[in-house]
Amino acid sequence: MLTQRAPAQQATVKPIDVNQVDSFLAFRSDNTVVIYTSKVDVGTGLRIAMRQMVAEELDVPVDRISLVEGDTSTTPDQGGTGGSTGITRGGVEIRQAAATARQALLKLGAEQLNRAAADLTIANGQVRPANGGSGIELGKLVGGRLLSLKVDAKAPLKDPTRYALVGRPLPRPDVPGKCSGQHAYVQDLRLPGMLHGRVIRPPAIGARLQSVDETSIRGIPNVRVVRIENFLGVVAPDEWAAVRAARELKATWSPWEGLPGNDGLERTVREGPLDRDQELVKHGDPSTPLPPGAKQFSANYQWPFQSHASLAPSCAIADVRADATTVWTATQGTHGLRSSLSKIFSIPEEKLRVIYMDGSGSYGGNGNDDVAADAVLLSRAVNQPVRVQWMRHDEHGWDPKGPAQFLDLKGAIDGEGRIHSWETQMWLPASLPGARPFLGVDGAGLTQPHGQGAGQISQNGDPPYAASNVRVLVHWMKQSPLRISNLRAPGKIANAFAVESFVDEFASAARVDPVEYRLRGLSDPRAIEVVKRAADMFGWQSRPSPNPRSGQGSIAVGRGCAYVKYKQAENYIAMAMEVAVDRSSGNVSVRRVTCAHDCGLVINADSLRNQIEGSIIQTLSRALHEEVKFDRSRVSSTDWASYPILRFPEVPAIEVALIDRPTLPPLGAGEASTAPVAGALANAIFDATGVRLRAAPFTSQRVRAALVRS
Amino acid sequence: MPQYNLQVNGRAVSVESWDPSQPLLYVLRNSLALNGPKFGCGLSQCGACTVLIDGKAARSCVTPVSQAVGHKITTLEGLGTSEKPDPVQAAFIAEQAAQCGYCTNGMIMAAKSLLNETPKPTLEQVKQALAGNLCRCGTHTRILAAVLRAAKA
Repeated sequence: MLTQRAPAQQATVKPIDVNQVDSFLAFRSDNTVVIYTSKVDVGTGLRIAMRQMVAEELDVPVDRISLVEGDTSTTPDQGGTGGSTGITRGGVEIRQAAATARQALLKLGAEQLNRAAADLTIANGQVRPANGGSGIELGKLVGGRLLSLKVDAKAPLKDPTRYALVGRPLPRPDVPGKCSGQHAYVQDLRLPGMLHGRVIRPPAIGARLQSVDETSIRGIPNVRVVRIENFLGVVAPDEWAAVRAARELKATWSPWEGLPGNDGLERTVREGPLDRDQELVKHGDPSTPLPPGAKQFSANYQWPFQSHASLAPSCAIADVRADATTVWTATQGTHGLRSSLSKIFSIPEEKLRVIYMDGSGSYGGNGNDDVAADAVLLSRAVNQPVRVQWMRHDEHGWDPKGPAQFLDLKGAIDGEGRIHSWETQMWLPASLPGARPFLGVDGAGLTQPHGQGAGQISQNGDPPYAASNVRVLVHWMKQSPLRISNLRAPGKIANAFAVESFVDEFASAARVDPVEYRLRGLSDPRAIEVVKRAADMFGWQSRPSPNPRSGQGSIAVGRGCAYVKYKQAENYIAMAMEVAVDRSSGNVSVRRVTCAHDCGLVINADSLRNQIEGSIIQTLSRALHEEVKFDRSRVSSTDWASYPILRFPEVPAIEVALIDRPTLPPLGAGEASTAPVAGALANAIFDATGVRLRAAPFTSQRVRAALVRS
Repeated sequence: MPQYNLQVNGRAVSVESWDPSQPLLYVLRNSLALNGPKFGCGLSQCGACTVLIDGKAARSCVTPVSQAVGHKITTLEGLGTSEKPDPVQAAFIAEQAAQCGYCTNGMIMAAKSLLNETPKPTLEQVKQALAGNLCRCGTHTRILAAVLRAAKA
């Protein structure tokens, strides 16, 4: 089994500049090929997809290709992992490097075989005459040397009609190890002389450390307390000793109250200081007078702060030495992390190496960066390698969150039900320049930027359907009470929830079936195809909502749909869903979900399906259950009981149709199918009960309360 | 330092622990280099740490090492390897029933425990048996398919 670690020896210095083929690909004398990328797998299957793309261009067997991910010393900086760019940017760049290499290999082969390059081909890792005859293995041809070649943007790519590998559902190389305990996670790394560290975070976010009583842990062997201003940690050779010491160490902190609490959040958002207003979309004029027979609508939608809620609390190992520092981490942004740590700790970048190892799924920026800084602080303080493993309350409590979102929508339809006017107003935290501050660095009183950003959170706030007179206005807020980061499909889940719910209201008022209503407003054939496919798979019966036959008893049955064009420019996704709502308990049971997905060229159909199924289930969890709870001082939902996620008994039957377009570029698909989930769900709940839910999560208490009110 | 004699994956091993209440999870991982069982919460809420004790699923994060003495402990590594997987592991591999894979240990061990008692479970029974195992990536559909596949094997 080929591992993802960097090879121990390099015959020549390997470049990392993104313009060089040798930065991305190495041809070993044992006939294997190594891919180097800064894009990391995090469970998406990127590491098989990239192998397929390279194997296809080079005609080298997939199992002779290994992958090095996220090592700042050896992998070129293609950007961090996120924004659905793994294949679209990372894979496509490397594919072009492979195509460039192919031409060079044919030329090298031509010299060796004394034939014209045009007469040669590559098959099964060998350059040989196209008409048959013996060839030469790539390992012998290149044998560990550098090609010293710039990536040629014009190097021809293989014709998609001849694809032998791309598109096929090849199995992922890491799955067997994950099923046998042999796969190496960052949590499993052990180094000689390594200490285990734990950080003690304050009971209130802005609290200052007043006193520490080390005698309180005198019964625990070999523990050293590290205090740097307000940063408090413990290290010990024994992990359990560190866990108990962190739990039992007596420390006093100053009181602090600076959060609005869940109840005060909306007021803080609507009345707090603004950075600026931005008109994102304007066509026509929403204040155009209404035609006769028009109907007007207005509704406010809310999405709460949510946690990445990674199954594994974040973990990092740092080995800070005078001559070099190495950090092992599961961060999705190794190069960005190195850059930040380099500046904060005054370590020159060439002396700081950040190496990615798998953690659990992260879905954006979770606690992984913060724990890396914690590990550096502790290792630096004790002059030994330190492994910091966050506890559950650290991860739930302190990971940067998906932001809370508020949307006010107003609109009108004409006498025929067509969208006449639409206005979305959103309140979102502004992106402020600079990296997000590390918790430990602030605690230790070191200087660092205090940037703020959660990704492209303002997208998809306008309807993807024909509409005259559309305006989207964002009120960018200066502050966010909780630290934020890019949580999967940033902003777009809430925005699409509001848009698809609002459109559904129009359809219902116009007494038109919701699928039919959407089709009337679409002209793009790719959009129409996914909507029809999702509806057909569902067995969608055409009728307006709500369901006239939802059931008289305690269980109300309904169905809903939603359509999103991701970022208004990328994947086309449509979804239909059937729910059963228990009127007395308010419990929403999702029975089945259909999804049609078009992301251009499909690289690996199986891992793509895995991502789509995962996106649907994860987002159902977010829409039904998840809300970060916080009071005036801190996040209080710090375990799985207080921050519940979806469990097995709730899992619906899911059917996914993939539409493959081999002549188009491949789009990323790690997050797009999260976007229609909440809208389809809310619409299904409306169909079942006649009640509109506009504030996520749709907990059974909220559903019950809404049913009682109606 | 007190020693504890354990039976792990069919072998007798002796481990040291300064604290009799040290959870078995840390002992397995740090003293025996068995990384199959994972730290997910330490609170018995997620199931990532699941091992078998006398053939039944148990949460190693809340099982004191002192209480594990005299019982048969099986970790994921004790079921099989990626080259020679046991039927449940093979089913998970065939279904590609993992994304990040962090919950996979718990899922396989809980499935093993279920199948030890109920060799031909219904879908509903599998859902209930795994109700205490969390998966954040949303691989549930494939995990269910893998358990049912293993039951047919």
